[in-house]
Amino acid sequence: MIVNEQVAVDHGLKKDEYAKICELLKRTPNITELGIFSAMWNEHCSYKSSKLHLKKLPTKGKKVIQGPGENAGVIDIEDNDAIVFKIESHNHPSFIEPYQGAATGVGGIMRDVFTMGARPIANLNSIHFGSPQHKKTKNLLRGVVHGIGGYGNCMGVPTIAGQTSFDSSYNGNILVNAMTLGLVKKNKIFYSKAAGLNKPVIYVGSKTGRDGIHGASMASASFDEKIEEKKPTVQVGDPFTEKLLLEACLELMAGDSIIAIQDMGAAGLTSSSIEMASKGDLGIEINLNKVPCRETKMTPYEIMLSESQERMLIVLENGKEEQAKKIFDKWNLDFAVIGKTTKSKKIELYFDEEKVVDIPVNTLVENSPMYDRKWKKAKLPKKNKIKKEDIKHLKIIDVLKKILANPNICSKEWIWQQYDHTVMGDTIQKPGGDAGVVRVHGTDKAIAASVDSSAVYCWAHPLTGGKQVVCESFRNLISVGSKPIAITNCLNFGSPENEENMGEFVECVQGIGEASDYLKFPVVSGNVSFYNQTKEEGIKPTPAIGGVGLIKDYKKMITMEFKEVDNLVLVIGKTEGHIDQSLFARTILDEKNGPPPEVNLFNEKNNGETLLKLIDNNLIKSAHDVSLGGIITAVAKMCIKGEKGINIKKPKYLINEIEYFFAEDQSRYIIEINKKDFKKVADILNKNAVHYDELGTITENELYINDKTKVTIDELSTSNKSWLNNYMGK
Amino acid sequence: MKSSVITFPGSNCDRDMDVALKKFGFKNKMVWHADTELPKSDLVVLPGGFSYGDYLRCGSMASKSKIMKSVINFANSGGMVMGICNGFQILVETGLVPGVLLRNKYLEFICKNVFVKINDKQNKYFKNVSSEVLEFHIAHNEGNYFCTDNQLKEIEDNNQIAIKYCDENGKIEDEFNPNGSIKNIAGIFNREKNVLGMMPHPERMIDKCLSGDDGSLFFKNLINNLK
Repeated sequence: MIVNEQVAVDHGLKKDEYAKICELLKRTPNITELGIFSAMWNEHCSYKSSKLHLKKLPTKGKKVIQGPGENAGVIDIEDNDAIVFKIESHNHPSFIEPYQGAATGVGGIMRDVFTMGARPIANLNSIHFGSPQHKKTKNLLRGVVHGIGGYGNCMGVPTIAGQTSFDSSYNGNILVNAMTLGLVKKNKIFYSKAAGLNKPVIYVGSKTGRDGIHGASMASASFDEKIEEKKPTVQVGDPFTEKLLLEACLELMAGDSIIAIQDMGAAGLTSSSIEMASKGDLGIEINLNKVPCRETKMTPYEIMLSESQERMLIVLENGKEEQAKKIFDKWNLDFAVIGKTTKSKKIELYFDEEKVVDIPVNTLVENSPMYDRKWKKAKLPKKNKIKKEDIKHLKIIDVLKKILANPNICSKEWIWQQYDHTVMGDTIQKPGGDAGVVRVHGTDKAIAASVDSSAVYCWAHPLTGGKQVVCESFRNLISVGSKPIAITNCLNFGSPENEENMGEFVECVQGIGEASDYLKFPVVSGNVSFYNQTKEEGIKPTPAIGGVGLIKDYKKMITMEFKEVDNLVLVIGKTEGHIDQSLFARTILDEKNGPPPEVNLFNEKNNGETLLKLIDNNLIKSAHDVSLGGIITAVAKMCIKGEKGINIKKPKYLINEIEYFFAEDQSRYIIEINKKDFKKVADILNKNAVHYDELGTITENELYINDKTKVTIDELSTSNKSWLNNYMGK
Repeated sequence: MKSSVITFPGSNCDRDMDVALKKFGFKNKMVWHADTELPKSDLVVLPGGFSYGDYLRCGSMASKSKIMKSVINFANSGGMVMGICNGFQILVETGLVPGVLLRNKYLEFICKNVFVKINDKQNKYFKNVSSEVLEFHIAHNEGNYFCTDNQLKEIEDNNQIAIKYCDENGKIEDEFNPNGSIKNIAGIFNREKNVLGMMPHPERMIDKCLSGDDGSLFFKNLINNLK
């Protein structure tokens, strides 16, 4: 096939990018070379629109062992233990083929983690669907949940937490973000940097087939009406093989034969070989005839661009091939020496004794395009004034029941019951709480993890929204008694070529950066997913933040369910009555305008750290952060989970009941304490200048407000638990 | 007491079972599926997971693996063999226990706590367990026990039903049946009651901070019965 500008454009490259390729090579690339350039230079692999802005994120900290740039981030949790973690998107394939798309998303992120030598110990996910009324939503939801479960369950890694939302902006582009945490010894972390000349390059895992060719390019473009034709670009997952690959890799890693290891994810053999060479400042020579293929007559182009799953590339020490092969034979996996490292600093590929690719590595990596895209700054919307007549007929209990049954608040048990969340025998906090918690096997330590996003806030004002998501992650981790350490982010946006979408990206990233810097909660890994749009219609900006925290003594973990009748319930943090962009405003008043709640980073840090002090002093019986739906929703959920009631009195504030109970002001928590501890708790809160309200007392089985209106917890529980089951027809 | 846990490719509860057995005093060995000989054991456990990927009928490939010849011989000579979850599926495929395990009624994987009522205590697994009802944990996609009418009559006549799904008070009703199993069956024995297959995972219930503690009851009792 003759390569020309049109062929390049068909590969998703821009005309000037093609001209640059010809200039760098000082010749016209052949079709395989063009394929390789298109795979490395697409948005998904090159980060060409985002790089400039991602550089501004804080990525360092005392606990950070490895920041962005490797397969995953690594943090120190003391005693020579480290946690490897990352979140990644698999949005485009999941919309086209929900089961396989979601499954391979989970498989891909687990591979990123065990590539670094860590055994995966927990999975999380953040999934977003269109309006429940949209004709595709139900099947997509079912397919994605089955896919996530199908892969994670088979791997034997517990899925401990997640987030699900519905919004019509995802009608044509669902989001599937998967996160994995792994445990590794600090002195046994593996990296992808190749080193040394003439070292054998080894291919292990599944055979290469024709699936997923150009998957990364597909994920770097918007959808249009031809979307069905893109099915062949979706990879097919085989969790069983991945389980074998995991065990085989960990067995090999126990020895000292690996110099570098890299999984074949997006852009398969192309990006894995090039990344290893680039990081090591070396060349790589591969004989493509040696690559184990599933199908006959695969061309160099297909072999290099296949995204078949469950494959790894390893640079071994010389002479260790036989020993390594034995391990992969034991696990019934393919093992092939396919090439070697060279000093040429080029990627040189041979097929049928002919050189088919000859590209300097730096042209693919350092010389890849980087764009300073135009972007538009968002204005802070004007505040709405709630009219008295709009709310005076509202009854708090009725509104609460509606909110508890809202698709974005309701119990997601139907989803997480389909995920094995207890395998590995260390899950001490299951899905449905503020964060999932697993013990560090065989120690007193535990790791908390949560994943959050607030697309509505980010859409209303990206800068504030970006900050808020980081704060919410911080709060969720503190609510279970863990000290927040670091985050990973999955940045889901529309087209970077649209100034407004690009502006949303730039300002969300700025907000994330400001908050994580202030909270000493650095970003150690992440992924960007642009082009979540169909024709001109993009999603709401949805940065998802995966946070990780450490509990030094797992017996001090806090859960959210109310524990004991007669205990006191307090609200930590000040309630100003911010209703705009709240679930109440959007669903009850049908008011979609206005600014999101303000984020005060000082309060966020101070309130959170003070709560940790209270927890450390054993003064907290239960805790829950206040988020969507405000104080009353948070309290109701604590009642439902604990099967307890509460007698609530609104403190004498200037704001009215509706504002007090449904506002979504930030930096707030609900806590339960023993009556006799009240003075101690109040002292610590006062000393740290943390505002608190005395909200009420725990009772048997009713939620009773201001001595005048009440509802049974059973009734609230039914509101909360039925929507999703009914929707899914169970 | 010596125990052996078989690791098949795709087993994923083998470590959990090892941890549990050791916690309650067993000297446990992990045995690889491609081995042919069992180490000397007082108990052999087939753990949960997705042996060989379970792309065919669950457990069917594993039932033909090399080590299973020894396991079957061991069982037929009266040795104690317990299959949990995928292990139960494997036992069914070997014919050591009767019946089959179909996909769950709602065609969905289920991971949750359930209550089971002990149906028969005349055996080394449940003899002397201080409670009639245990809180266990299930995590499976194919746990819907089914057998023919003749088989059912036979296993009922021989008291081969080990445990049944129930509520916390031991009431056995359809609504407490998580997967559609015939007669709420959660676990069954072979005729001689030295082989037990069950869907619930007692090894995930060995600490109050996990899903619960009734697995501890089960294992403590089991090792005492074997002594």
